[in-house]
Amino acid sequence: MKIVEDSPPVLSVLDRPNSYIGRSVPRPNLARLTQGRGQYISDVTLPRMAHVAFVRSPHAHARIVNIATEAAKQAPGVLAVVTGPELAKVMTPWVGVLTHLKGLKSAEQSPLAIERACWQGEAVCAVVARTRAEAEDACELVDVTYEELPAVVDAETALDAKTPVIHASLGDNLCFERKLDVGAVDKAFAESDAVIETTFVTGRHTGVCNEPRAVVADWNPGEQRLTVYHATQAPHMMQDLFALHLGLEHQQVRILTKDVGGSFGIKVHTYADEMATVALSKLLKRPVKFVADRIESFVTDIHARDHRIKGKIGVMKDGTITAFEIDDLTGIGPYSVYPRTSGIEANQVVNLTGGPYQCPNYRAQARVVFTNKNVMCQYRAVGHPIAVAVTEGLVDLAAAKIGMDPLEIRRRNLIADDAYPTQSASGLKFEKLSHHEALAHLDTMMNYAALRAEQAKMRKDGIYRGIGFASFIEVTNPSAAFYGVGGARITSQDGATAKLDAQGNITVHTGVTEQGQGAEAVIAQCAATSFGVSMDRVRVVTGDTDNTPYGGGTWASRAAGIGGEAAWQAGKALRDNVLAVAGAMLQAKPEDLDIRNGIVVDKSNGTERLALNELARVAYFRPDTLPPGFQAELMATRHYVPRAWPFAFTNGIQASYLEVDTDTGFVKLLRHWCVEDCGTIINPQLVDEQIRGGVVQGIGAALFEQCLYDDRGQMLNGNMADYLVPMAVEMPDIDCGHVVSPTADSELGAKGAGEAGTAGAPACIMNAINDALRPLGAQPLTDMPFTPDKILRALGKI
Amino acid sequence: MSDLSLDITLTVNGERIAERVEARKSLVDFLRDDLALTGSHVGCEHGVCGTCTVRVNGEIVRGCLMLAVQCDGATVETIEGLSDSGEVADLQRAFEQRNALQCGYCTPGMLATAQDLLSRGGVPSRDEIREHISGNYCRCTGYHAIVDAVEAVAQARAGAKP
Repeated sequence: MKIVEDSPPVLSVLDRPNSYIGRSVPRPNLARLTQGRGQYISDVTLPRMAHVAFVRSPHAHARIVNIATEAAKQAPGVLAVVTGPELAKVMTPWVGVLTHLKGLKSAEQSPLAIERACWQGEAVCAVVARTRAEAEDACELVDVTYEELPAVVDAETALDAKTPVIHASLGDNLCFERKLDVGAVDKAFAESDAVIETTFVTGRHTGVCNEPRAVVADWNPGEQRLTVYHATQAPHMMQDLFALHLGLEHQQVRILTKDVGGSFGIKVHTYADEMATVALSKLLKRPVKFVADRIESFVTDIHARDHRIKGKIGVMKDGTITAFEIDDLTGIGPYSVYPRTSGIEANQVVNLTGGPYQCPNYRAQARVVFTNKNVMCQYRAVGHPIAVAVTEGLVDLAAAKIGMDPLEIRRRNLIADDAYPTQSASGLKFEKLSHHEALAHLDTMMNYAALRAEQAKMRKDGIYRGIGFASFIEVTNPSAAFYGVGGARITSQDGATAKLDAQGNITVHTGVTEQGQGAEAVIAQCAATSFGVSMDRVRVVTGDTDNTPYGGGTWASRAAGIGGEAAWQAGKALRDNVLAVAGAMLQAKPEDLDIRNGIVVDKSNGTERLALNELARVAYFRPDTLPPGFQAELMATRHYVPRAWPFAFTNGIQASYLEVDTDTGFVKLLRHWCVEDCGTIINPQLVDEQIRGGVVQGIGAALFEQCLYDDRGQMLNGNMADYLVPMAVEMPDIDCGHVVSPTADSELGAKGAGEAGTAGAPACIMNAINDALRPLGAQPLTDMPFTPDKILRALGKI
Repeated sequence: MSDLSLDITLTVNGERIAERVEARKSLVDFLRDDLALTGSHVGCEHGVCGTCTVRVNGEIVRGCLMLAVQCDGATVETIEGLSDSGEVADLQRAFEQRNALQCGYCTPGMLATAQDLLSRGGVPSRDEIREHISGNYCRCTGYHAIVDAVEAVAQARAGAKP
């Protein structure tokens, strides 16, 4: 962290009272959640509020021949039954493309399907009633006549000439394609001592937020204003989209985001049923509520990670990695999701593969194709778990091939800690990473040598334990390079407003949002520290487009690094303004004063001069006593956006220790470690808990989670009994360690930490399982999730 | 269907309640929609996630798998009641201090389940804690912090006993 001091420092900003940077202070907003007094959007009720339920397509691909709504309209409690063409008169359609993903194409999507349904679960008709139960009852009375069309379910054959084209207007089923060829790949492979090729599969899975998606839309014709209570990560983005597609000004749309029951990237997209709910409120001139049920969540919440990647690595006998090559194929459903697009995930796989390593030769191809399954889009650690699985899987296979220890091969190839600034073969720019220091820290923390000894000893007793590693890099603090340059109206800057109230306490309004990760605590820590009050005197306001600076919200691990810096700067600016008032009151130079513990003091010796409540009293109620011409400004706003680097890359390494039961194929996780470097750590506890939660989400992908579809495009396990998620008993304790390489782009130096756990865990588990089974001669497992049947197959037992 | 309603009387968080409810209405919908006790949450609606866990006649149950009419004459306790009585105050404090919740959606159910374990006395092992809360899904924390918090309270309660 580089703090710009403003005169001869007596106390550095981190030594002053109220220094909260680097402290594990509890989140100030937790008691209401532990007491059940949170307010989630699913808890919101408004006067005259109606409920919408949707009739959804049972087919993966079908022509909508007719929708008979009369019986439903007569059902008890029903207020309206609305079809796609009717709702299209209220809301315009959208297309999920970005110009910086060259050639990316998609088709128009509407709030309700018009003419065709393109995946099982797509909403084709809306029923609005007084209660949700009545709306669901009436849905059963809507008689939709479908003509089933051939469904495209296999990404491998989606581009074949004989495969039907889902959207005729697009000409083919190719959404996006990217190719990259850097260095001399063929030459490098030809000169390698060994070349290893294999195919990786990452299972299609989804976020399974504990609280499903929820929205309450309230169009008030008297005010000509729309208020949307929305469980979203990006309130200002949604304000823009609702306004755009309803033909309203931003001023006419207010987004209120209260407590959100988990998001993980699921709640940062445009969902047709949410758009429909908002349009229905406009149409019916009253509040309309939609909360997805669990089955709806499984077939409409974005899915992710459905990739098949052919990977190839070249290696010398001394462990030097000579080249990486990948061919990625992903089926993203029938539409590219608006407005972030469904091309980003594959694009990230291309960008990130090989990223931790010093290897100049890299060739990649990625093809993103349309299918008639639920849409895919950005989910926590977008593309990272796939790229890390491919990279780290290949590195482990190379190590095994040349008989080198997996940690040693990484040590020999990770970019040197003194090589920065530098860039990856794919062109990613790295300001400062710490792969080797992180690896050394992990080696010590897990006591690797002892674990290897234990593993060897237990193998003699027929117990097969494995140790797996995964080095990784993570994209955080995105600049406008992520979306803005591609034409998306998604802001990368964020703002904070700090204001002094009449009792001398401060309120901080921020554009980033609280999804449970602790953003409110981080904002309060930053502002309290830079302003100079205790945290109990700081209140944070989030999630209200009427009352927060314009901001991007929470995604791509940006809230602490970008929102925190804005709050830090706003606190400093307010401090300067307050000291100007104090100077006027005390006839002192503002630069000789400081604020410590909520009291204006002499900077040189800490002598207390003036309490903030007294200063506020005078400024607000007796401004007549201030010098002529002096105006107190007790509210200050600052914005921040990363400019020097497109992204603040972070790095880290994870390790897993597990045991495979070779009779049942079950995997028992014994321990997990993660060392990562997110720059300046604002709140160590919150960073660790982001890592732990993220690791477990990644473990889910490695061992349990997969959206299974049959050959007609029907999701087979769209409920929590059949789609398995990690529960407490299967999860290990997770140890976290840190290296600190601050970014010089901001004064705080904080980078993001929200996705590192998820990025590395699946690869780590894969490598540990293969390490456990290698002495048994099992074929390496590369097809996630690693369910017991796959493990038994690899062992040749079934 | 909606004419199939029944009168029930029950005690919820110490309050006597008399309501007419649809026979098909689940306990958690009744608590949330009819009594505005929104601390109990709905997650999966088929008994897997444990988000709707409440206590009926002293036993923890899934509010989505029990009908409101089955609670005629019963005593129901939700997070609102457990909070007001102070019964889980130490668990709540430990969860807050240890950041054993992120989004907080699973927390009311998780607290009820943890209290169910701890009310049996003794200090359960970490494995026993993990086993007991394995019917309660948390997507945010990865469970480690929850296990820490429950373990700390178990130790504190055991230490506080004579």
